[in-house]
Amino acid sequence: MSKVLMKGNEAIAVAAILGGCEAFFGYPITPQNEIPEFLSKHMKKEGRVFVQAESEVASINMVYGAAGAGARVMTSSSSPGIALMQEGITYIAGAELPCVLVNVMRGGPGLGGIQPAQSDYNQITRGGGNGDYHVISYAPENLQETVDIIKTAFDTADFYRNPVMIAVDGLIGQMMEPVDLSKEVKRRKLGPKDWAASGGHTGTNRRVITSLYLDPKKLEEHNLNLYRKYQIIEKNEQMFETINCENAEYVIVAYGTMARICRSAIEILKQEGINVGMIRPITLWPFPEKAFRNLPKTLKEFLVCELSLGQMIDDVKIAVAGRLPISFFGRTGGMLPEPEDIVFAIKNLIKGVE
Amino acid sequence: MMENIVYQKSKGLTDNELSYCPGCTHGIIHKLVAETLEELGIIEKSIGIASVGCSVMSYFFFNCDMQQAAHGRGCAVATGIKRVREDNIVFTYQGDGDLASMGLNETIHAANRGENITVIFINNGIFGMTGGQMAPTTLLGAKTTTSPEGRDVKEHGFPIRVSEILAQVEGAAYIERVSVHNPQFLRKAKKSLLKAFQYQMDKKGFTFIEFLSTCPVNWGMTPIKSMEYVKDMMMNYYPVKVFKDVGENND
Amino acid sequence: MAKGRLIFDHDKCKACELCVHYCPTKILELDANNINKKGYNVVNVIDQEKCIACGFCALMCPDSVITVFKVAS
Repeated sequence: MSKVLMKGNEAIAVAAILGGCEAFFGYPITPQNEIPEFLSKHMKKEGRVFVQAESEVASINMVYGAAGAGARVMTSSSSPGIALMQEGITYIAGAELPCVLVNVMRGGPGLGGIQPAQSDYNQITRGGGNGDYHVISYAPENLQETVDIIKTAFDTADFYRNPVMIAVDGLIGQMMEPVDLSKEVKRRKLGPKDWAASGGHTGTNRRVITSLYLDPKKLEEHNLNLYRKYQIIEKNEQMFETINCENAEYVIVAYGTMARICRSAIEILKQEGINVGMIRPITLWPFPEKAFRNLPKTLKEFLVCELSLGQMIDDVKIAVAGRLPISFFGRTGGMLPEPEDIVFAIKNLIKGVE
Repeated sequence: MMENIVYQKSKGLTDNELSYCPGCTHGIIHKLVAETLEELGIIEKSIGIASVGCSVMSYFFFNCDMQQAAHGRGCAVATGIKRVREDNIVFTYQGDGDLASMGLNETIHAANRGENITVIFINNGIFGMTGGQMAPTTLLGAKTTTSPEGRDVKEHGFPIRVSEILAQVEGAAYIERVSVHNPQFLRKAKKSLLKAFQYQMDKKGFTFIEFLSTCPVNWGMTPIKSMEYVKDMMMNYYPVKVFKDVGENND
Repeated sequence: MAKGRLIFDHDKCKACELCVHYCPTKILELDANNINKKGYNVVNVIDQEKCIACGFCALMCPDSVITVFKVAS
């Protein structure tokens, strides 16, 4: 039960190995390079596969191949690299293959900046690539949560035959925190991969991995199957945390590093006798709409706080469904607010100032 | 009277009817690949990667496990598969749009890493599936739907000689360009395929066979005239020969 | 005496005429009286006795239409 002081990216890499990652294919990009660097040494030590690919495009296609052949496989990148991977991700989702993707988010759009941001929310939850599909996405706020989620991510990906993404902002990737690597995590019961094109099959036993269905009737049927899968995931996999919501007058909605800053703001406000709560999504998709079903009667307004200019706010609006007003506070480009900035924003809400 | 079989359909092909145009060399080359896998006893062990182009359906035709790759990405997909399935035989089957246009980067890098895979490159100098647009390997002067006045160096650049490029990559083990335009060349092409797959079995590294191929429909020629175009026109620009062979000296 | 015997899977023939062209004894022709379900005039042997069982027809056929047997005396 001992804790080790670790850097975020390193913890991510160790968690992947502990989670059973058999192959890693990736490409360097700031601010996540410690992940491929660590794995380039340690995957080999564990007798597993590591390839530095020639690009993110190549990386995600190597992931697709290895996943189709039945392996537990992972890649990591940052926002612009994830954008390059979108085609590959939709092929993986369309072919119903499992994989784990790590996105250490930075400012955009385009080349953007290398400082932390949360401006990939739309890219992560609104497809990113073509077609009707979803990526099961997590946004942990600290290293322990990150490690625990990654350790279970390979099971989740295998269980649903779907890509799973862990999105942390650059701060989490670079910061150092104590982590208990041996903490028990919930495992899933998994069957054999009797769909994998792993060789050894001919004739009617052949396995074919594809996302191509030229017959529109078959493609619609395939999409409906995917849709039913996503409905099950939405029902069973929402994860969130509520802090101090019971009698709150104002509720912040924030995830990742922004949520941590907001925690401090909530403490400051508490000292001043102002009762503010927080809903912290841990899954970005499926969005934890369950957290918004039963709202306290004391609640006056939501404040959505993001390290972007407003992407998650759309899902909050959908979940709240017009029952209460929603305001927004955001910083972007790598600029991080102080807890006092959030306090000030809440106080403005109280005053009725936009 | 006793009868011996001189030629019959290979077990390396499924029962599905080929979807290719009449006289298309895809059919001939599919047979050669299938026969090669059969003769080497590796049909069951094989995992093939279908690309995007006319042969997007090849996963219906090869009698082994298959994976469909995004356009151009076959060599990256093959890398992923071979790295986690070292004992399986992994091959890609890619056209010129797929390999020489979209996928040139992935192809060169897979060769550079010496990935132990076999790449079958179908070069017919045109984008067939999408209706006859210019390809990186379209010959100078050839009229296509996106080079209606004929391929021009100033506007379109020179046709790309992929085998020659890959032969310069250190990691490549065996690079050859072949043709199937008549039985003699076809038999030589089969020998080259056998060698390429044998090299993979012997873990010699990256093997690559470029097939000069036809596209009767988009070239606007009969299948027979198309074979003559390969012989008279394509072979002048794309010499049929071995470009690299690490042979027995590779360790 | 024919050296070879040919069997055709006519349903698969697409009348590309590669076999016709490459047959060294010129004994193959598209049959004007035989159309398959695809709508092609399928190939047939016009003079079986001249077959030398070279296999060129089957070799060049993209659709594995032809099976070639060597007839041993």
